[in-house]
Amino acid sequence: MLKKHNKSSLAATFLMLTLFYTAGLRGQTFSNESGSVHGYFQIDAQYYNPDSLIGAPKVPEKMLSNAFGNINYNKGKFSAGVRYEAYNNVMQGFDQRYKGQGITNRFARYQDELLDITIGNIYEQFGSGLLFRTYYEPGLLYDNSLDGIRVISNPYKGITLKGLVGKQRTFFTVGPGIVRGVDGEININELFDSALAKMKTKVIIGGSFVSKNQPETNPDFVIPENVGSYGGRINIIREGFNFFAEYVMKENDPSLANGSIVGGKTYYSYKNGDAAFVSASYATKGISFLLQGKRIDNMSFRSDRDASLQNLLINFLPATTRQHTYLMAAYSPYATQPNGEVGGMAEVQFKFQKGSVLGGKYGMDITLNGSIANGLKQIGVNDSTTSSKLYKTNYDEFGQEYYHDFFIEVNKKFSKKWKATFMYSHQFNNINVVQHGSQFGVYKNAISNIGIIDVTYKYKSNSAIRFEAQGMLRDNKDTLNLGSWAVGMVEWTPNTHMFIAVLDQYNYGNPVADLKLHYFLVSAGYTSGPHRISLSYGKQRQGIFCVGGVCRVVPASNGVAISITSSF
Amino acid sequence: MKKFILPFLLLGLFSFTYSGDGDKIPAVTVKKLDGSKVNSSTFSNNGKPIIISFWATWCKPCKKELDAIQESYADWVKETGVKLIAISIDDARSAGKVVTDVKSKGWEFEVYIDENSDFKRAMNVNNVPHTFLVDGNGKIVWSHNSYTEGDEDALFENVKKLAKGEALSH
Repeated sequence: MLKKHNKSSLAATFLMLTLFYTAGLRGQTFSNESGSVHGYFQIDAQYYNPDSLIGAPKVPEKMLSNAFGNINYNKGKFSAGVRYEAYNNVMQGFDQRYKGQGITNRFARYQDELLDITIGNIYEQFGSGLLFRTYYEPGLLYDNSLDGIRVISNPYKGITLKGLVGKQRTFFTVGPGIVRGVDGEININELFDSALAKMKTKVIIGGSFVSKNQPETNPDFVIPENVGSYGGRINIIREGFNFFAEYVMKENDPSLANGSIVGGKTYYSYKNGDAAFVSASYATKGISFLLQGKRIDNMSFRSDRDASLQNLLINFLPATTRQHTYLMAAYSPYATQPNGEVGGMAEVQFKFQKGSVLGGKYGMDITLNGSIANGLKQIGVNDSTTSSKLYKTNYDEFGQEYYHDFFIEVNKKFSKKWKATFMYSHQFNNINVVQHGSQFGVYKNAISNIGIIDVTYKYKSNSAIRFEAQGMLRDNKDTLNLGSWAVGMVEWTPNTHMFIAVLDQYNYGNPVADLKLHYFLVSAGYTSGPHRISLSYGKQRQGIFCVGGVCRVVPASNGVAISITSSF
Repeated sequence: MKKFILPFLLLGLFSFTYSGDGDKIPAVTVKKLDGSKVNSSTFSNNGKPIIISFWATWCKPCKKELDAIQESYADWVKETGVKLIAISIDDARSAGKVVTDVKSKGWEFEVYIDENSDFKRAMNVNNVPHTFLVDGNGKIVWSHNSYTEGDEDALFENVKKLAKGEALSH
């Protein structure tokens, strides 16, 4: 390992060289059969004004920025890439341990029909990810890539085998634990293609084994240095039907995440963990049904037993609630509770066809969705042989409610110029558990009734104005949950390159008179092909920002922000 | 670390084969809706243009764009022979929703799931929607990030040019 300053200067040199060559050679017409270079850049920066009223803290640096760039090289069966990241200093709302810069990802890969080998930073997923998933989400600064080696092989038609070993990225280094995994998947129809090729029913089965190793020196407890986990999955597809199920188990894995502190003493849980995920759907033209269920018990799986937050997670536990995109519907999102949760979702979507009474000239889409998540009912155990497991659970007993969301969304195009989305959502959120990770917090459960209207007026073939009105009704006496909100937005796209938007979020129901605040935000952007620049000025409320089931809390801010993205 | 970076430095020095536009689709495994795996480098349309559109079930502008294209898709295909390949970047949380969204919306595109974003990374896509145009020789010649009303018309203008073998503008 190099010392940090060496590493970053090397990184900078590399980046400059690459930029020089790619920029210098742009426009020249070399034969590209021999290889290609592509990249992606993103720079976000914000100037912060302190604002004690909205709770925007004073930022000593005044300006903070997050930036990264990817460069990929492809030539036939060979590919390679690097990513450079720079946080000077890391923006508000992200883990402060990201301060700094350096090369955080580099890989080289060779693949042909039989073998696919990668060295360096690896992104991989086994099944639905309940045991193993490494991925990168720059918007959340989530990157748990495996720095190591991976081999994928297709030894026979219909069979895929994967094996990998390495350590996971955490900030600008790797975690202490070694992660090893193998996964096999068999597509039954492809395997017996002579007999089954024409069968309408497709069956795919798979199985995984993942283990981690981390040395242990705790004087008080005997803690396993190796933790194994394994599971199987099946996917059955027949015409419009699709059924997927996965079940995984993890051996006892005492860690910070599943321990509890009582009277200043840490009690570890030696209980085995398990998780099940089932998804069934039926879809045909114009109508679809989706049912999902999930149960998770003690499945926080990390390559460092002392890691917390979103660090060094080996697996991915999907939330079975719908991810909303409208501001108010996404105000209090749900996050999977790895220590214990049971939940499910049902969704029906249908389309009133063009020409029907409700469909009108252009048709109408309706989505009905209901989802719910509860804790597990934990039954304490303290006989001498099982006390270290702390608790047991039963499949037929649920604990307290964590979240529910029932919503209806209607999408309707009225004419060539007018279209609209209407939405109503009723949500329940156990704020203590979901947002603060504690059963015993000071927050009341939040019940929200949310209504949204989103209207687009396309007044020319490439020009439009969009209006959003949103309201969220909440308990206006609840000082911690801030009461009700109203949101208005106007977005103008005079042509396909530009947008200008004005947003006002008004906390009119805040129980404290002085805090009935307007959060005005003006933003504008310009897009040209793969390049995009956007600017915003104003106040942003504190919020929870989620992508793909991972969430981060963004503090309130007041200032100017700029974002530039570009790919080539 | 140092030993590992040096080859890349050299690679940077010797790879002056940059061509900007006009590279082939990278080879990555994506999943068909019937669960079978397909290598993205095998995407083809018999010498006619291909639109590759990255989307997600939770991405409102993506769905607006695909809805808008669906309205005229039959005409586009008739006029230019174009094919749209929609790549969903939904992860395990919402991958089950891809097929239900596609069918209930009546989209007639070729749809694949890129469940751990391998294809997304290989194509240097960061935010969805992100749309690419591939010419009849399988070369990526144009790309566009984000969606605003009317973008589909600009896209189709480019598809028409491509079908006639003309040069494109952004």
